[in-house]
Amino acid sequence: MFDSRYLLTTEPTESKDTRSGFGTGLLAAGKADSRVVALCADLTGSLKMDAFRDAFPERFFQTGIAEANMMGLAAGLTIGGYIPFTGTFANFSTGRVYDQIRQSIAYSGKNVKIAASHAGVTLGEDGATHQILEDMGMMAMLPGMSVLSPADFNQTHAATVAAAQHVGPVYLRFGRPKVPVFLRPDAPFEIGKAQHLAHGNDVTVVATGHLVWEAVKATRILAERGLRVDLLNIHTIKPLDTAAIVESAARTGAVVVAEEHQRIGGLGALVAQACAAHAPSRIEFVAVNDRFGQSGTPAQLLDAYGLNAEAIVRAAERVHVATT
Amino acid sequence: MASHDLPAIASQVRRDIVRMVHGAASGHPGGSLGCTELLTVLYFEAMHLTAEPFDMDGHGEDLFFLSNGHISPVWYSVLARRGFFPVGELATFRKIHSRLQGHPATEEGLPGVRVASGSLGQGLSVALGAALAKRLAGDPRTVFTLHGDGELQEGQIWEAAMFAAHNRIDSIVSFVDCNGQQIDGPVDEILGLGDLAAKWAAFGWHVLTADGHNFDDLRRVIAAGRARRGSGQPTVVLMKTAMGKGVDFMEGSHHWHGVAPDDGQLATALAQLSETLGDY
Repeated sequence: MFDSRYLLTTEPTESKDTRSGFGTGLLAAGKADSRVVALCADLTGSLKMDAFRDAFPERFFQTGIAEANMMGLAAGLTIGGYIPFTGTFANFSTGRVYDQIRQSIAYSGKNVKIAASHAGVTLGEDGATHQILEDMGMMAMLPGMSVLSPADFNQTHAATVAAAQHVGPVYLRFGRPKVPVFLRPDAPFEIGKAQHLAHGNDVTVVATGHLVWEAVKATRILAERGLRVDLLNIHTIKPLDTAAIVESAARTGAVVVAEEHQRIGGLGALVAQACAAHAPSRIEFVAVNDRFGQSGTPAQLLDAYGLNAEAIVRAAERVHVATT
Repeated sequence: MASHDLPAIASQVRRDIVRMVHGAASGHPGGSLGCTELLTVLYFEAMHLTAEPFDMDGHGEDLFFLSNGHISPVWYSVLARRGFFPVGELATFRKIHSRLQGHPATEEGLPGVRVASGSLGQGLSVALGAALAKRLAGDPRTVFTLHGDGELQEGQIWEAAMFAAHNRIDSIVSFVDCNGQQIDGPVDEILGLGDLAAKWAAFGWHVLTADGHNFDDLRRVIAAGRARRGSGQPTVVLMKTAMGKGVDFMEGSHHWHGVAPDDGQLATALAQLSETLGDY
């Protein structure tokens, strides 16, 4: 059922935060390429950028709490041929600086990597002011912007290294809480190429970010109930691997999309567009439905907003019944 | 035409500006005419330019960033007259499929432009990033920027100003086009900037003032700004100009911030400006 090229285990014993995968990935990218530089708006510890700062102090720029300026500085650093990573929370990486990203980075075709931590409701107790759920949509709408949303520590490390090697602006989204480490550190990772984590012909589950692990759990529960899931890990929201999604949807005719993001403008909307054009299917959306977040623990919030394995199981059963 | 004959070049640039804006039936002649001397002296005399063809990274070159992108006509004219692209291309300004977008952009690959500008307040940050890149690379060249005075109402300018002083970036010389006008009226009536010299000084910058229509005065502040290298302090030049300078009926009025002359007004304007290098 599960593809061992990608899956390390279905019984993970270790949990790590994806932001730490960014931290190790940034350090590795910095060691591999002296053009890699980093900027941070007063959240160096939260973004796990300390190791890069300590290893390459001359290539690290503390900008203070001034995110708009940070985005412009990053755009300017590319003009000398450098590869800048900006670091702050996802909310302050997108909504706060949308026009700076749009004009100085995306429209100007600058090779900036926007590293965005603490995305989604799993940011937890700080509440809705900090829990952005619209970021992937905003970034995906910008022409030329690649949008990465890795699933665990190992994949965030790989995505960070890949972002440094990719030429062009990248939005790299990850999170705060410790989550199971379930993907192989040496799994093939290619921007724009979905990972086919499990093979089945009954229901397609398309998941991204923290919800990929929830989808793995859901796949096991559904297998016990006789439903075979075709599971796609969409670590790249844009460019979307439309071919993989359409191939799977054409076989199953039943699709569930799971993401820690608003339903409007998220992965679900992109999958629905692809399926409507190429493989008309019944689709269920496991996402936040036009609400703001709130304070709570990450686990409480995932439950409260219906972003977990149980919700994916229910959605898969609904969509399967509807197509049989 | 000798490159040091700056007044003659400026006259042709002003003709280009009013003809481009008239040809597009839109655009921003006022600020463009007011900054003609500065861009002429920078590109024809002061800036160290080496790359042929244009090199985006600008290693070993002085760089210029136009933060108030709406005065694109003056920049396009100076770039074309300096040889960055064919002068004839000025006729395509603001027209479909042109490299000369209404506001400067890189997407069409216009030589000389390194970042899009138009949404105000962003250029100082980008220029400082380029200055950081030069510092990392051991490149001693200078980064010049131009901003409108109204543009200083944008908060990002002051974020960037703080960053430059804190990080001792002394390879930047920023000009503020102090024409006292913005779209809706005089800056003092819309949102007064207060004592600008004191503001920049309080933000840690070395402050100079200049007459933006006097080449010798501009030469003086450019040299003085460059000489600040090693001081650990960025330099700003508060440059007094008249919006619409060189065309009598446009001079000093915010009406001509973003309005194109009609056929009769164009003829009146051109009669005041000598054709020194040949019209495009």
